[in-house]
Amino acid sequence: MIQLQNITKVYPMGKRELTVLRGVNIHIEQGELVAIMGPSGSGKTTILNLIGCLDTPTSGSYYLEGREVSRLNSGELARIRGEKVGFVFQTFNLLPRLSALANVELGLRYSGGGDRRRATEALAKVGLSDRANHRPTELSGGEQQRVAIARALVKNPPLILADEPTGNLDSRSGEEIISILTSLHAEQGVTLLMVTHEFNIAQRCQRIIYIKDGQVVSEETA
Amino acid sequence: MKRWFEPFSTAWVGVATHKLRSFLTILGIVIGVAAVITLMSIGRGAEAEIISRIESVGSDLITIRPGASIGFGGIRGAAGSTNTLTQEDAVAISEQVAYIDLVAPTYSKALQLVVGGENMNASVTGVPPQYQEVQNLEIANGAFFSDYEYQRGAKVVVLGSNVKETLFGEADPIGQQMRMGGNIVRVIGVLESKGAMMGSPDDAILIPLTAMQLMVAQPRTSQGERVVSSIALTVSDEEQADYVVDEITSLLRTRHRLGPNVDNDFSIMSMQEISDMLSETIGTMTLLLGAIAAISLLVGGIGVMNIMLVSVLERTREIGIRKALGARERDIWIQFLIEAALLTFAGGIIGVIAGWAVSYLVSTMGLMTTVVTADIVILAVSVSVGIGLFFGFYPAWNASRLNPIEALRYE
Repeated sequence: MIQLQNITKVYPMGKRELTVLRGVNIHIEQGELVAIMGPSGSGKTTILNLIGCLDTPTSGSYYLEGREVSRLNSGELARIRGEKVGFVFQTFNLLPRLSALANVELGLRYSGGGDRRRATEALAKVGLSDRANHRPTELSGGEQQRVAIARALVKNPPLILADEPTGNLDSRSGEEIISILTSLHAEQGVTLLMVTHEFNIAQRCQRIIYIKDGQVVSEETA
Repeated sequence: MKRWFEPFSTAWVGVATHKLRSFLTILGIVIGVAAVITLMSIGRGAEAEIISRIESVGSDLITIRPGASIGFGGIRGAAGSTNTLTQEDAVAISEQVAYIDLVAPTYSKALQLVVGGENMNASVTGVPPQYQEVQNLEIANGAFFSDYEYQRGAKVVVLGSNVKETLFGEADPIGQQMRMGGNIVRVIGVLESKGAMMGSPDDAILIPLTAMQLMVAQPRTSQGERVVSSIALTVSDEEQADYVVDEITSLLRTRHRLGPNVDNDFSIMSMQEISDMLSETIGTMTLLLGAIAAISLLVGGIGVMNIMLVSVLERTREIGIRKALGARERDIWIQFLIEAALLTFAGGIIGVIAGWAVSYLVSTMGLMTTVVTADIVILAVSVSVGIGLFFGFYPAWNASRLNPIEALRYE
């Protein structure tokens, strides 16, 4: 499903350059549940952004479902994001002006068009049917993250990427979010890739990839 | 939801979220459009009024006066003060120039009028009966003089409404007698008032030209022709007015024996020409006023651009989210462009309503006649949408080019 071959990423920082990734090789099968761990600044989020087609590598190849995507232009990348990838962010990233339902519906907007019925179903899957017309500010952190998960899964993407999904939540809400994500994986067979700081969360994944200084230092299969 | 509708509803949410800000943003457009509509409607109204006044006189009218003209409105030497135009000229014109309907030579002279105790000195004009039709004169009371009265030189008079007012007040003047110079004349008709305008018939005192010739000595030229004050004529085909003017000019130059380097000793005014010139002048004025008003549209457009730039910055994170969800640059670009156009479109519509209301007020208060025409309304609204698209282009392009990762990280 996902194959990163010798990926490097260099950010220009004024006159100097900041090398974030130095030759990353990762292989993820379809339907896997994988955690990425590592200290701050190690390049975890950059890897997730590359896999999610939000960014392109400086060098190396990235195959998504057998297709080389590292050299595509921004329009083609946007299309892949719309069709293949569902994002869940640490800071939820809901639109504050829209209701929970409208936020979920937005997940379909750029991949086939809004569909209220599907959005309602997705919201029901995360157990928030009774909060459909609430705005994000009227919801708790855990509820907001559940709306974000509904937004990510509403278009049935083969790949869901979660960047520290529990980072802004208390442990009880965090536990809820993780069980929703893991059951999604178990029931729908989506490929789920999660960046996390918390070892007890990572341990619930099938495999843990450790990153340090822009390189994969070790892998551990649960 | 239908797919094509989504960008519009998104843009509408963007506009509706900041109602006060959106309203203030479009205020410049509203004022600009309202000003354009009001000024243009006043200009069009003035134009329509002048044209209708000219048509009440008859746009087929051509007037020849003695004395050279220097362009529009300027006549060198007082008009009628030179003795160069004659009754024989009028005959020659009616016999030799094509497309002429009626010809009416006139001779005016100041005479003393006395009715009871009222006494005034006024210009009396001797005219043939066809003068009534040439000048489109309508009779309010009584009758115009007949061919028979003309032929026998009957001492009868038709008065303009102002003259009747001065001499007779509210009394019925028909059949009354009055002294004119050393003669007694009988009032047989009063003209319908046509309102204040140059050469208004309201001040006219008309008697048969034949009677005039009996009452006063009509001067003669050295060739023995009878001098007239003007020749009024109508053309049978208004399209041919220019041709008729040219023909009359060359005929009169020949008759007056003017050499090639000598200026005309007469001047010809056609109503068609005057009407064209007036509407052109008013049209230019209207356009100028409209252009000044359009400057505020431009200023309004810059305001829209400013707010759109702020809005893009403020919604950087939203743009990042949309991009993460699969929005292409084109989607973002269209979203902000539609939002800007929606703003200015709303401004245009409100401006049209406001401008319409103002010009309606202006005309109901009797200040000026106003005409709001569909072309101006359509123009104003499309120009405001155009302004939105033009000034929204750069902010929308800015938004579409944002890097999704940086946009998502934006606080």
